[in-house]
Amino acid sequence: MLFLVVISITLMALDTKVAAVDRIRNALTVTLLPLQYLVSEPVQLIGKINNIITSHDNLVRENIDLRAKQLLLKAQVQRLLAIESENNQLKALVSSSTQIQGKVLIAQLLAIDSDPFIHQMVLNKGTQDGVYIGQPVLDANGVMGKIIQIAPYSSRVLLINDPHSGLPIQMTRTGLRAIAMGDGYTGKLKVINVTQTTDVRKGDVLVTSGLGDFFPEGYPVGVVSSVIKDPGLQFATVNVEPSARLDRARQVLLVWPATRKPIEQETKSIENTVTDTDNLTKESKSSKKKKKNLDDQGVASTHAN
Amino acid sequence: MPTDSRFLIFMSFIVALILTMLPMPDWTIWLRPAWVLLILIYWTIENPYLVNIGVAWFVGIILDVLNGTLLGEHALALIVVIFLVARMQTRLRMFSMLQQILIVFFMVLLYQFIIFCIQGFLGALPHGWWYWASSLTSMFLWPWVYSIMRDSRRRFRAI
Repeated sequence: MLFLVVISITLMALDTKVAAVDRIRNALTVTLLPLQYLVSEPVQLIGKINNIITSHDNLVRENIDLRAKQLLLKAQVQRLLAIESENNQLKALVSSSTQIQGKVLIAQLLAIDSDPFIHQMVLNKGTQDGVYIGQPVLDANGVMGKIIQIAPYSSRVLLINDPHSGLPIQMTRTGLRAIAMGDGYTGKLKVINVTQTTDVRKGDVLVTSGLGDFFPEGYPVGVVSSVIKDPGLQFATVNVEPSARLDRARQVLLVWPATRKPIEQETKSIENTVTDTDNLTKESKSSKKKKKNLDDQGVASTHAN
Repeated sequence: MPTDSRFLIFMSFIVALILTMLPMPDWTIWLRPAWVLLILIYWTIENPYLVNIGVAWFVGIILDVLNGTLLGEHALALIVVIFLVARMQTRLRMFSMLQQILIVFFMVLLYQFIIFCIQGFLGALPHGWWYWASSLTSMFLWPWVYSIMRDSRRRFRAI
């Protein structure tokens, strides 16, 4: 008895800190996966049968297809918010990097309930589909969380309202950058370390800032639901209503954000434009040179042909 | 043909784990009884030579993996409770149903309390009084769990 108590306590202490414990957990996860699918599949099958009975087969298929399409489109529309605010601030250089889009994959939640105070969920995609730890997960309305554990055919998502989750965010109205932490008590989010004098109002929209390298930039996180500025406290209390439907979504998007490459390309393109303008000035200076340049280009094009 | 009761024990735990994970409507999330603990208590009372603290610990670890909680959290809560149940096993067998129900209520409450404490250490406390509702539903379901398990043991003639 004592021995087992000691083992459990050491396991708890070492969990997430020691790789060996993680390996035990992963091995157990893989062996227990059939059990999870055993629960999930019949439930989803009942849902499907329900669909077939209530409407025609192809209507259902069309509906599912359209929903998937709509999810993708909505995710693309989400970016507009961020780009708009950046235009307002004339951050042209930054906005060009947000337009580069990463790869996305639609994943299903396994129909499994876990303890209500655990803000996690299980997806039906795993390492076989290229899912990796730290990968961002979105739904049609905003950011849901990130992958914390992977197995070959399943993965576990830490939702953004978990107290262990921190998300780098930016206010669209003011451009203020901050960290949004999960709040275990309310199941919502809280922006931490916001000073009393900061301009934050109810109704402000939060988007991911892209700092911290996990989440792509510009996806909506939530809306400020209340701001309490208590003079007795060092920081203001900013409560945020998450825009993703954290407890209701059945389909989610896994995102492979565009890596560092786009930024390199961007700098290259800037160099190109610089050289182009140089050329232009030179061209304007002497028409002879321009003609020569054109000739060169013509030669080049003929060579290419 | 008598079945090996080990098989029945195994199957009952599988069913308990499935019931733990089965998706339910939103309003019932806090009312889900501690199925695994109820089955563990039943077997510890009826067959303490096969099911005891070791099994409780193992099932607890499985529960932790399925729930995504800290490895060892449910295991610790289960072994403490099952230790007490095993100590009282001979008395519990003689108890009337009403007495058993009360004991089960306090056992599930203790189980929830241990998990509550560990969650408190982690800074992820379940909020609200609804958290404790699970011990009430477990208590009310105990007579049914008990009779279903007893009948299935008789039907499969598992000793």
